[in-house]
Amino acid sequence: MQVINFFSNLAMPMVIFFIVLYGVTEKVKVFDNFLEGAKEGIKTTFSILPTLIGLFLAIGVLRSSGVLDFIIKLSSPILEIFNFPSELMPLAILRPISGSASIAVATDIMKQAGVDSLIGNIASTIMGSTETTLYTIAIYTSCIKIKKTRFILLAALTADITGIIVSNLIWNFL
Amino acid sequence: MLNIIFPIFILISFAFGISTGRVEDLNNSIFDSTNQAITLSFELLGTMCLWSGIMNIVSKTSLISKLIKLLSPILNFLFPDLKENKKIKKEISMNIVANILGLGNAATPLGLKAMKSMQEENRNKDILSDSMMMFIVINTASIQLIPTTVIAIRNSLGSNNPCSIIFPTWVATIIAAIVGVFITKFVIKLTKGVK
Repeated sequence: MQVINFFSNLAMPMVIFFIVLYGVTEKVKVFDNFLEGAKEGIKTTFSILPTLIGLFLAIGVLRSSGVLDFIIKLSSPILEIFNFPSELMPLAILRPISGSASIAVATDIMKQAGVDSLIGNIASTIMGSTETTLYTIAIYTSCIKIKKTRFILLAALTADITGIIVSNLIWNFL
Repeated sequence: MLNIIFPIFILISFAFGISTGRVEDLNNSIFDSTNQAITLSFELLGTMCLWSGIMNIVSKTSLISKLIKLLSPILNFLFPDLKENKKIKKEISMNIVANILGLGNAATPLGLKAMKSMQEENRNKDILSDSMMMFIVINTASIQLIPTTVIAIRNSLGSNNPCSIIFPTWVATIIAAIVGVFITKFVIKLTKGVK
């Protein structure tokens, strides 16, 4: 656990240090380029704001109406067999479909369970280790007008499910 | 996709909530949701700008071309059909490097370019080629050095250690990617010659 924390905590400072050092040795205008990128960051963040409002509303009413609890209760006997917390089920389902929806639902889960709780940690790891698979497949195949996709969905979703299972196992063994 | 999910969530929730007498809870969550979205966006803003800035420095250095060289042997294993095609291999590796560094905005256009180049080489334009399948699966594997969005969310929720998930995330991503690659190799073999 301590070793893992050590590497986790070292990652960000090391990356920033290395990149700035690399920039300086190659005589890149480090700060100008930092600003240029940071401005892009503003655009990216605010461009997802409308989507987030809509999806926080959808997830919010899903929880407050009792529908979410109902679904969680229904699925918990099956998920218990796999030792998978049923609170994470909505995230596992929405994650491959939409990036913003999974941000909304992951935030909701972390808030409810506690961000540093076991469930909060697993939710974070699922978010970090999987992608919006359906969306990615859709844009990459539609741009070149492919009609037959040869079970790629199966392959990609298996990878996602593996990511979700490993995220769960990792935190249960730490 | 969200055009389907959003109305389903709203309609089911309101019908269920009103019929079970949770009107007050519904009202509260309507106001909460807008506030939550605004709060999260503002709290994401700092971390997102910081990393976009840092990664923009990378894009001006020779680091990217060095990483591309490093990837070459892995690429030959993943894309045996493209061994001789330097142009496509370069486009693919630029996309992968952009993904690893978390340059999402740059990664997608690069990926689309690679897909178009692969389509030119594709013998049957209606069916995904072997290389395209592998390329898409790698793109859905989310191989990222620093999972910035999650860290930003954790930070906004007041986590004691927002970074604690980095190492577990690496492990989960890498195992998922390896499984994805081998499943894809298997599916490619299985569907070979299917029209």
